[in-house]
Amino acid sequence: MHLSVSGVSKTFGDGRHAKLVLDDITLSVDSGEFVALVGSSGSGKSTVMRLIAGLERPSTGVIAMDGKPVRGPGSDRGMVFQKYSLYPWMTAAQNVAFGMSLQGLPRALVRERTAYFLEVVGLQNDARRLPKELSGGMQQRVAIARALAADPKVVLLDEPFGALDLQIRETMQEFLYELWQRSGITALLITHDLEEALLLAQRVHIMAPSPGRIVRTVEADLDRSNLAHLRMSPPFLELREELVTSLRNLDAAAS
Amino acid sequence: MRSPWLLGPLGIAVVLLAWSLISLSGAVDPLFLPSPPAVWQAAGDQFRGGILVADAIASVRRVFLGFALSAALALPLGIAMGSNTLICRLLEPLLGLIRYMPAPAFIPLLIIYFGLGELPKVLLIFIGTFFFNTLMIMDAVKFVPRELLETALTLGGRKLPILTRVVAPYIAPQVIDAYRINMASAWNLVIVAELVAANEGLGKRISLAQRFLRTDEIFVGLIVIGLIGLLIDLGFRAVLRRSCRWAS
Repeated sequence: MHLSVSGVSKTFGDGRHAKLVLDDITLSVDSGEFVALVGSSGSGKSTVMRLIAGLERPSTGVIAMDGKPVRGPGSDRGMVFQKYSLYPWMTAAQNVAFGMSLQGLPRALVRERTAYFLEVVGLQNDARRLPKELSGGMQQRVAIARALAADPKVVLLDEPFGALDLQIRETMQEFLYELWQRSGITALLITHDLEEALLLAQRVHIMAPSPGRIVRTVEADLDRSNLAHLRMSPPFLELREELVTSLRNLDAAAS
Repeated sequence: MRSPWLLGPLGIAVVLLAWSLISLSGAVDPLFLPSPPAVWQAAGDQFRGGILVADAIASVRRVFLGFALSAALALPLGIAMGSNTLICRLLEPLLGLIRYMPAPAFIPLLIIYFGLGELPKVLLIFIGTFFFNTLMIMDAVKFVPRELLETALTLGGRKLPILTRVVAPYIAPQVIDAYRINMASAWNLVIVAELVAANEGLGKRISLAQRFLRTDEIFVGLIVIGLIGLLIDLGFRAVLRRSCRWAS
């Protein structure tokens, strides 16, 4: 799998009201990679995600999956949203099964895969509960299981933990990292949280606003054998500090 | 308050008591304000004669036919308008305009077109509720969270399955509630239709009672209409509670 975004820009509105929200974005994601896009609000990072998902079209440039231009949404690019991520009238299991059932998979297979992916995210005992009966972190785990169960080539995570409390966030980050390691998925994470990005992704693209653009790309080559430990380790903190400073300078220059 | 559910019956009891006291005191001519026992008596007479049940069935039948037609057509049209900008732009001004035409004003036309039978009455109820039902369903569809639709798209969903499997279940509670609210207008209209022309029905009975100054029978009609309306309302609430457990 090779996802490529080349020279993509996006303008909203037209004529005098036209606003350039993304300028010349180029990046790529290969099989098994974990890539993150970090930026403050207004940096257009969510728009990049929506373009890749095919929910919007680029104004210029090309987005391609394995060389084929993306023309609309499809099940090869799964997505997890921050809000309204689950269907409130479906149980956890029905949510997980939904994509497979939309794709017309045989029932027995759907049941089997649903059970498997619920177990992958550790919710095998909550299969019959409604989303409102699950905690925020559990809901996002169901959403991730649902995305994975539809067998995408890449999972797009749009601030998946943005609405969670700090402590649960950290647990979920560790959960996601382990999941990525175990299952060999390919992930593209959007976040405003630099720590989260550096912690999880081997490659971090840092975006700046007005117009949204990638200002820096960091290969975060860190020892991730123990994330809780990594959070506090000097090389991690140093890298983070340096990036925070350069981001702050950018924001100051922009405003 | 230890038993708040008692408040509702209490409110009704207070009104009944006030009614009894006023009519007992003789301050108002019984011709204008019949006593509760007189109304009870009239209700008993009508019930034993079979008139009350026949009237209720006639009215309920009209309401259900007209409203079922309205609900069945409003659902697909409302969903189409809510999910497709072109259809919405085309129809919303038209429906918005017709909605403000008072349904009873269509009675003369309906009588000219369809005579005095059942059809014009059923159609009156249809006209009086269809546009409200449609516009309320359209609004419900417009407020389906974008994320729920987009998630379905990224899971490999196409247009029609998304309408039936995401939009329809999401709006179900609001649709049931819209039906419940608009059912009240259906009841208003059936009475209006029967006041104009009918052989039987609760509204017809009221207008006959007026001719003979039988205020006790008018009271019977009003109370029965109220009770049936309340039952239907409670029915809708029960359906909502049972079918949409997730929404409560």
